[in-house]
Amino acid sequence: MVLVAGSVAGSALYRRRSARRLERVELYAGDGSMVSLPDGSVDAERMLSLARDVLALPG
Amino acid sequence: MDAAQALADLTEISSQVHQVAILDQDGTLLAATARDTARAERFIATVTPLLEEADRLARSRGLAELAQLEVSTLDGSVFAVRRDGRLIVATTRPDPTVGLIFYDLKHCLGSIDGAAEPHPEPDGSGEPRKATRRRRKADTSA
Repeated sequence: MVLVAGSVAGSALYRRRSARRLERVELYAGDGSMVSLPDGSVDAERMLSLARDVLALPG
Repeated sequence: MDAAQALADLTEISSQVHQVAILDQDGTLLAATARDTARAERFIATVTPLLEEADRLARSRGLAELAQLEVSTLDGSVFAVRRDGRLIVATTRPDPTVGLIFYDLKHCLGSIDGAAEPHPEPDGSGEPRKATRRRRKADTSA
C-alpha cells in the first residue's frame, strides 16, 4: 500500500515538474541578450495567461 | 515577394505553426492565416496586450529592445519576432522546436519585399539552416 501511494505521489510530482519545464517566458533583445522570467513569478503567470488567451482563439 | 506569399511559404515549410499574422511598422496587417479579416483583427487585438506586457517587462529588466519572445504553455506557444519595424506573431503546437520556429519566422519576415536579408541570431537555436529547406506538411516530427 505504501509502495502504491509512493508511486502515485512520485508520478504526480514528475508530471508537475515536467509541466513546469514546458511553461516558460523568454524575452530576447536585438543584441542577443535574453531574459527568462522565473517560474511561478507574477510576471511569468501574467504573460502565460495572456498567451493562453491568444492560443484559445479559433483559427 | 509579398507578405501573403511569404506567409504561404512559412505555413508550407513549418508544420508546427498554427496561426500567424504579419504586421507592418505602422500596425497595418500585411498577411494572416485567419480565415477572414474579423478573425485576423481579433487575433491582433488579443496578441497586442501580450506584446505590450512583454515590452514593459523587457524595459524593466534592462533589455535594450524586445526583438523576439517565446511564451510556452501546455496548450501551445506564442512566438513573436520584430525586425526592421515589421512584426510576425505565430502560435504553435505544444513543445515546438524553438530554434526552428524562430528561424522560420525570421526568414519569413526577411523574405518580404523591402526587408533586410534574414540572418539567424543567437537564440539557442544552434546552427543556421538553409533558407531553401522544404519539409512535407505531414512531417510533424520535432
